[in-house]
Formats: sequence, structure tokens, C-alpha cells
Amino acid sequence: METLMAYVIGILFAASIYMMLRRSIVKLVIGLIILSNAANLLIFVVSGLTRGSPPLIPDGAGEVTGVVADPLPQALILTAIVIAFSVLAFAVVLIRRAYEVVGTDDLDEMKDTDT
Amino acid sequence: MMLLAVLSGFLLALAVPVLYRLTGRYIGWFLALLPASLTAYFAGLIPAIRDGGSLLIENQWMPGLGVSLDFLVDGLSLVFALLISSIGTFILIYAGSYLKGHRDLARFYVIMLSFMASMLGLVLSDNLIAFFVFWELTSITSYLLIGFNHEDVEARKCALQGLFVTAGGGLVLMAGLILLIFITGSYSFADILSSDVSIHDHGYYTAAAICILIGAFTKSAQVPFHFWLPNAMAAPTPVSAFLHSATMVKAGIYLLARLNSSMGETPLWSHTLMVVGTVTMITGTYLAFSSTGIKKVLAYSTVFALGTLTLMIGVGTELAITAFVCMLVAHSLYKGALFMLAGALDHETGTKDLTKMGGLRRSMPWTSAIACMAVLSLAGIPPLFGFVAKELIFESLLNAPVGGWALTTFALVSSILLVAVACLVFFKPFFGPPQATPRQPHEAPFSMLIGPATLSLFSLFFGLAPFVPEVLLLNPAVTAIFGGDVQTALALWHGVNIPLMLSVVSLLAGSLLFARWQALQPGLAIINTVAGRVGPEAAYFRMMQGITQIAGWQTRLLQNGVLGVYLLTLVLVTFGLTGYTLFSRNGIHLSLDFSDGYFYEFGIALLIVTATVFASITKSRLGSVASMGVLGFGVALIFIHFSAPDLGITQLLVETLTVILLVLVLFKLPPFASFSSPLERCRDLAVAVFAGVVMTLLTLAVLDIRYFDSISRYYIENSYEMAFGKNIVNVILVDFRQLDTLGEIFVLGLAAIGVYAMVKLKAEDQHKP
Repeated sequence: METLMAYVIGILFAASIYMMLRRSIVKLVIGLIILSNAANLLIFVVSGLTRGSPPLIPDGAGEVTGVVADPLPQALILTAIVIAFSVLAFAVVLIRRAYEVVGTDDLDEMKDTDT
Repeated sequence: MMLLAVLSGFLLALAVPVLYRLTGRYIGWFLALLPASLTAYFAGLIPAIRDGGSLLIENQWMPGLGVSLDFLVDGLSLVFALLISSIGTFILIYAGSYLKGHRDLARFYVIMLSFMASMLGLVLSDNLIAFFVFWELTSITSYLLIGFNHEDVEARKCALQGLFVTAGGGLVLMAGLILLIFITGSYSFADILSSDVSIHDHGYYTAAAICILIGAFTKSAQVPFHFWLPNAMAAPTPVSAFLHSATMVKAGIYLLARLNSSMGETPLWSHTLMVVGTVTMITGTYLAFSSTGIKKVLAYSTVFALGTLTLMIGVGTELAITAFVCMLVAHSLYKGALFMLAGALDHETGTKDLTKMGGLRRSMPWTSAIACMAVLSLAGIPPLFGFVAKELIFESLLNAPVGGWALTTFALVSSILLVAVACLVFFKPFFGPPQATPRQPHEAPFSMLIGPATLSLFSLFFGLAPFVPEVLLLNPAVTAIFGGDVQTALALWHGVNIPLMLSVVSLLAGSLLFARWQALQPGLAIINTVAGRVGPEAAYFRMMQGITQIAGWQTRLLQNGVLGVYLLTLVLVTFGLTGYTLFSRNGIHLSLDFSDGYFYEFGIALLIVTATVFASITKSRLGSVASMGVLGFGVALIFIHFSAPDLGITQLLVETLTVILLVLVLFKLPPFASFSSPLERCRDLAVAVFAGVVMTLLTLAVLDIRYFDSISRYYIENSYEMAFGKNIVNVILVDFRQLDTLGEIFVLGLAAIGVYAMVKLKAEDQHKP
């Protein structure tokens, strides 16, 4: 299954970079969202996929029984999801603001520092 | 005590603004107490080094790192220290009058005192690094002082030029000093001078010598770096007198003299010094003779003196080193005096142009009398100390080991020119018919005359009784430079011999040349214009222009402001390097083994890919946002299916919020437009596909290789044991790595504040669509 996910990740990265290279600022944001998903999936997949054994300690036991999924990448991704969301919220409001001030959504016309 | 003596200038500089308010117009006299007492302190050290020995005063600064601020006192450094402190005393008094009522007088004294302290540090430091720091400090204070009239664009330009040349040389010098440290393995001048390590045979010697020579030549205005010195005359006259004749420009000479006994005596060292010194000497006197501004004339004659000093070190015989020390002292005495007198003339008449002055001896009798003594020393006429130095120079050149006669001829030519220059400086302003000057001339105030008078009297005294300075200081200095015991024999009268004959010849020819000065002036001006177009200064300006052009070109190229280009560069470089490394280290292994998956997993993967592709190609904003949602939920399914329920829940929540946010905000923006051309789309697509392929290959490579086991064992084992939590992911976030989570909350808070601010605050000019 990891092999298949490697291809999915490649497609996600390609799509995100293609979208980020577009001149429309909205497409840049969509590219950013795809990129954060791609990055999260990458971390998740390279740490190994395990079916049906979440890193939880069963009731009444003091430690896990048998093999469980690696909790550390999950903690990392949890943090990344939340941070990505805050960055996204900020970026979205920022481009709306920039659009109000500059009056264009074409990135190539936003290159002056004094507009 | 020594540490305090060196650093006292910095300390006093801190207090100057307050003192200025207390003492007002007498601040110059007040501040002069410091260099005066320093002079006394340094004079008190003379007995310790009279027999040619040296004194190492240790100051541990950071003993743990082996960094020390030691001071080396021997004949050489003490001569310099005494010149700096004694001339500094008079300069500080003089500046109080010269810049009387100037609104930045306090600032002037702050920089001046800092310079003096740096200069003392430079000549007394034993540690090479400390020496270099002080060296650069003198360059910086010199820059600030040349540009003291900072509202004058010309002064700023000259200041920058001086800084570029000396600081550029400083960098080269640093390289040289580091090489020297490599060679000798010591940071201490004293160690280097007394070590038995043969510096000459070391592989780094040539590089080190060249770097150190370039550093010294830039600082001491040797050809071809001489052009910054006359331009430095944009500084107020006390600065010119102190920094640009008596002290700072001699720092390079000091370094050459300091290292001569260890690094000298090779053809590279001595021949370079002889050639550069001779060329500088001739260039200096010629340019002095062809200038009309009194400060320029004096500046170029300083270039002459610096060239002569370099030449003397290059010749390097006992006699030459003696001549070096005498010339050093004589020059500082008469040139300091002459500059101060030139400033007095400028101050009282309002002009610096020699051709516009005349007959001033009646209105300024004291000034002219003191100028007479200083000029006699400049021209090398008995009984002034300048004569002693000049005789010694001729004598040492006649006995030089190589090229004796050629060097003597060059010295004679420049000596003739120098006599003419001396006549020019003396007769032009004080004799001849009185000329109308911008200001009605009258005698300069006492505080502006005491300095030149005292210095000139010393010139006279040293000339009449040369054995006094010799016994006290000059002999130890010669010993320190020469690196062995030397017995000098200074005398005013050596009998009728060849040096005396040469002196007489130079006097006669020089006077004749001066008589023709007026007639020669137009011709010289033409030569100088032509030379100015191809000279080193023109090269300097071309270089500066080139630097600006290159900077402009590369800024336009790299900082073009187009986000797409930045991104393209970043992506290509990152994935190009990653792909290359992967390919060269690991090769390409394309695995197509999908047998371990269930059909519904393929379904989720297909869902994700379809949603992504649709989001990228659709022309509808709503379609794009909706398929982003599908992508997010697909990823959440992956998380849930592969044992990460917490991630799944968070992803679902965040994805819902994202879709709402996008819908709310993006619909205030215009619909998708097609900005790019098909060609650009193809280019971007190619780059994107390349990046995707690299990522896939990288992921496959990482999945193949597992270098070590997961490091989460600790968390899994201790989650319940230590943190009493059963959800291990949550325990990691809120317990084991709680500070990271705190940071995350902080980021969220900041983003929220930013969002709130941008939603609330209105921009001043809004272009509503």
C-alpha cells in the first residue's frame, strides 16, 4: 500500500507546485492547501502504514499489547495540520486584503513594494 | 596602568558631551590635559627601555580563551606613543580655537579622542588581533573625521574613498596577519620577533608578505594607493595635522618597521619597499610642487615623507634605520606644525589657495616666524632636525647595498623639488605684495600658535643637540627595528662630505625651481590633467562604478519581484539537487508492486487523485473549493483507516473549517482568470511533473531502506507509566512535548490576531472592484 501512496504523493506534489506557479492568487492558495496535505501524507506514509491498531492503550491494561502504529509521526502531523490551518487562514485574509488595496489578483502585477 | 593609559581616550570621549556643557569654549585646553599626562606617563617609561630592551605588560582579557590585551613597549612603540600623545595635546588645544563655536565641536572631540586611543592601542598592542582591531578603528575614526562636514557632498565622497582604500587594505592585512599567525603559531609580536622559527623559508611567507605589504601601503598612502590622502584634506585642519600627517598614515610604516627584523631581509620585502618607496617619494614631491592649495601641497609632501620612510626600511642598513627614525620624528614635528599654521592662515584669511595669499608677514608676524622654523626643517636646512635626517638619508643611500647611486639620484631629485615646495609654502603667503583675501588677515590666537611653536622649538632643539633624543629614545628605537644592538652617532655637523654637497646642490637647484614656479604652473596643470585620466584614482572610480553596476545588474536579475520566478528557481534548485543526489547515490528503483492493498484502499487513493486533478484544472471556483474538500476528506479516510483516529478527527474538523473559510473569502475575489500563455503553462507543468516524479522516487527509496528502528518505543512504554494517559499521541502532545504544543498554540494565537487585525482595520486607499 505504501508503494501506491508514493505515487499519490507525487501527484499531489506536482499538482500543488503547478497551482502555486499560476499567476492567479487564489490558485496559489489552493496550491498551498494541496502542498500541506501532500506533506502530511508523506510523513504518514514513510513512517510505515499499519492497519487497525491505533496507538491506544486498552482499558484495564498498563501498556499496549502487540504491535501498534507509530505514535510519533502522528503527533508531528497533528501539529502540522493545525499550523497549516492557521497559516492558511492568515494567507487567505491577507490576499483578500491585498486584493482590496492593490485592486488585482494577478501576482505579476503585485511585484512593486510600494503599492 | 598601561591599559588605562591606552583606553583613557575612549573613556574621556564618553564624557565629552557633559564636559562641553561645563567648560564651554575652554574645552580644548581642558581635554588636552589627558594627552599631556599621557605624554608624561610614556616619558616615564623611557628609562625602562633605554638600553634597547622591551617591556611586555600583560593584561588577561579572556584567560579561558587565551585572549589577552598585552602591550609591548620598546623603542619603536614608545617613539610613536610619545609622538601621538604630545602632538595630540597641541591638536586638542588648537582645535578648540579652530572650530570655535562650531555646533558639532563636542562630536569632533569625541571622535578625535577615540582616534587617539585607537592609535595608541595600535602602536602599543602586542596581540596581533588587538592590533588589527585598533588598526580598523583608526580607519573608521578617520572616515568620520574626513566626513566631519557631513553636509558637504564632496567631503562625504572623500571620506568614503579614504575608508574604502584603507579598509580594503585592512582586509588584505587581516589575511596577511592570519598567515603570519599560521607560520609562527603565535598571536604575539614579542613572540614573533624573538622566535627562532624561520619565517622566510615557510611556504606561506610570500603570500603573507604580499598581504601585509598591501595593507601597510594602503594605510600609508604609497603609490598607487596615494590618492586618498590629498582627498582626505576635506577634513578640518586639526584632523589633517594629526591623522593625515603625524600619526594615522604612519601606522602602515609602523607595521613595516615592527615586522622588519622578522620578515625583512628578503629580496621580495626589501626590493618592493625600495621601489614603492622611491616611486612614492618622487610622485609626492612632484605633485606637491604642482599643487596650489596649501593643504594639498602639504598633503603631497606627506606622501613624499611616507615614501622616504618606506624606502629607508627597504634599504634596511643600520644607517638607513637610523635615518628612518630621525625622519619619522623630524617629519612629525615639522609637518604637524606646518598643518596647524596652514589652518591658521586659512582661518585668518579665508582662503586655502597659495596664489591668493601674499605679504602676510606684516599682519601675522608670529605665524610667519614659526613657519620659518618649520619650513627650514622641511627643506632640511641646518640647524633644524630635518637637516640631520636629510643628511642621514643621503648617507645611507650612498652606502645602500643595491642601487646606491640610482636611489641617491632619485632622492636628490625629490629633495630639489622639496626645497622648491618649502620655498613655495613659506614665501608665497608671507612675502611679496599683499593680496586681497576674503577675510582681513590678523594674527592667529595664542591657542593656535602654541602647538606649532612648541613643535618647531623641539625641531630646533633636536637639531642643535641631536644626542639628547638619540640617547633617550632614538637609539632604542633603531635597536628595536633592526633587531640587534646598534650604536648610532647623530650629529648636526659631519664635516664637508658628499651628503653635505648634495644638500647644497638641492638647495640651490630648489631655489631656482621655485623662481620658475609661476611660469611652470600651466604646463604642470596639463600634465596632471592627462595623468589624472589614467592614474590610480581614475581606476578607483571605475572600480567603484563597476561595483555599483554589478550590484544593480544582479539585483535586477535575482530580486525581480515576480513571485513565479522565485518559486520556479526554488523548486528547480531543490528538486534538481535532491533528484541528482538520489540518482547518483541510490539509482532509480521504480516499484509497481501494488499487491498488498485492498480494493477500497485503491478507491480512496483514486478519490484523492481525482479530486486533486479536478481542483487544478477546473475553471469554477466553487468546483475547485469543493474538490479541495473531497481531497481533505480523502486524506482523513487514509488517516482513519491506517490507525490514526486522532489525525482523522482533526483533519475532518480542519477541512470543514477550510472549506467554509475559502467559500467566505474567495467569493469576494474575481473569478479565475487565465493569465498565463500556453507556453508558460507547459513550462510550469513540466517543472511540476518533474518535482512530483522526484518526490515519488524519493518516497519509494525511503520506503526501501530503514536505517534504524522507530524511536517511539520510549513514548509507547512510558505513556501510561509516567504520564497516566492511554492515548499515546495525545500524551506526546500535551505531556512529553508540551512546550512544542505551547509554541503551536502561540502560532495559532498570532495568526488569529493577524486575521482579526486585517479584517478590522481598513486600508487608506481601497480600490473596490
